[in-house]
Amino acid sequence: MISQLAQVQIQDRSAGDASCVADNGFCPSWIAVNFDRYVDPLLQHIFLTVVAVAIGFALSFALALLAHRRRWLIGPITQVTGILYTLPSIAVFFLLLPLTGRGNVTALIALVGYSLLIIFRNITAGLDNVPRETKDAGRGMGLTDRQLLWRVELPLALPEIMAGLRIAATTTVGLATLAFFAGAGGLGEQIFADINFKSNVVVAGGLAVALAALLDGLILLVQWAITPWTRARTV
Amino acid sequence: MTGALAFLGQFGDAIELIFEGETTREGADVGGWQFAELTWEHVKLTLAAMAIACAISVPIGLWLGHVRRGSFLAISVSNVGRAVPSLALIAFFVAYLGVGFTNVTLALVLLAIPPILTNSYVGVTQVDGDTVDAARGMGMSETEIVRKVELPLALPLIFGGIRTSAVNVIATATIAPLAGINTLGDPIINASGYGDTGRLAAAIVVAALAVFTELLLGTAQRAVTPEGIKLESKAASRHRGVPTPIRRTAST
Repeated sequence: MISQLAQVQIQDRSAGDASCVADNGFCPSWIAVNFDRYVDPLLQHIFLTVVAVAIGFALSFALALLAHRRRWLIGPITQVTGILYTLPSIAVFFLLLPLTGRGNVTALIALVGYSLLIIFRNITAGLDNVPRETKDAGRGMGLTDRQLLWRVELPLALPEIMAGLRIAATTTVGLATLAFFAGAGGLGEQIFADINFKSNVVVAGGLAVALAALLDGLILLVQWAITPWTRARTV
Repeated sequence: MTGALAFLGQFGDAIELIFEGETTREGADVGGWQFAELTWEHVKLTLAAMAIACAISVPIGLWLGHVRRGSFLAISVSNVGRAVPSLALIAFFVAYLGVGFTNVTLALVLLAIPPILTNSYVGVTQVDGDTVDAARGMGMSETEIVRKVELPLALPLIFGGIRTSAVNVIATATIAPLAGINTLGDPIINASGYGDTGRLAAAIVVAALAVFTELLLGTAQRAVTPEGIKLESKAASRHRGVPTPIRRTAST
């Protein structure tokens, strides 16, 4: 086991305080010099997360609208996406390898599959929670089903839809740290490359946590911007 | 056509490896009985982490919910927990505390606590206030109220949290070989001894284990749901209803 761990310590450790680095310590000087090496993995991590959540949202949105009209579909869709959610992504990466090979496609399929249940459930719950009276009022004003959906139901469901997106984004950042098993790089590859070196683990892990927090905040900001009526009520 | 056949062939080889086992060129026995040992180590690690996590988070969640305090803590622990990648968590433990069964178990406990704690808390706060008042009026002590009224009514959500955590821990136990514990992740992390077939075989077993656990705990969740709640909402709590109820509580 020790020898196997040693094999993966391929990372270049030149520069920085030599004794600190030799001790696998937390070395600010090393981090300052070597921060560059985390930029590309971070960008790849952002790419994986944003693309996966975007595709996941598009698919879930379509499924939720379908299930909104054909209620009986909610059960089957929840079950199928539930299985995709249950399958550990690290296992899915390897289950997909014989089909799609190594690379972004394999990683994205697994990440999208995982996000479907989260977003689908929240969109469906948001649409279901629109008060009956509000819908009746909309119908009374002569709105068609289509207009009712886009002008009344979806806007009122936005807080829950955005909450689903936030959960999906933060969990996807976490799962994308394992994407390197599918050959798709990301911050996890850096963590894995030298897991005994505190500086490396703290910087790569810290960047992942910061990215999750940043995306969470960004989506919250978007929600704030597109739902002005929720603020008008409280002022 | 040949592509599809090759694909099925790889899965066939992997299934065969799981059940039959084989001896590699280096003379090591892989698959078969050796996979059963890896699976047992995987299950042992999961059980240890889940037992500790439940023992810590269910009482705290119940208590916080009963006194209606610490909603910020109970809710945000889940949000923070989600933001920390499991690989980073394991890596922190390896880098700072070193490898070993205890350390991995502790890391998995940290991973498992948030969903159980939050769901226990939300489960208790969702109990109808009138029901609690009625229990108090019947002369029940506060401990009795928690034990005989709030706990049974919160059980479905608590089990929902346990389900989420258990599946999560099983998934994360796959990277435990990084911390020196040879679970089913061994063929995945230390691929050289197993080859692609071994990796695929391990992925199949891990996936099966997760789905089996999910189904098992889902059955348990239905079994512990009081009849009244079952009648009340047949559809609502069918799947792990974690995200939505939590956010709704957090926003009010």
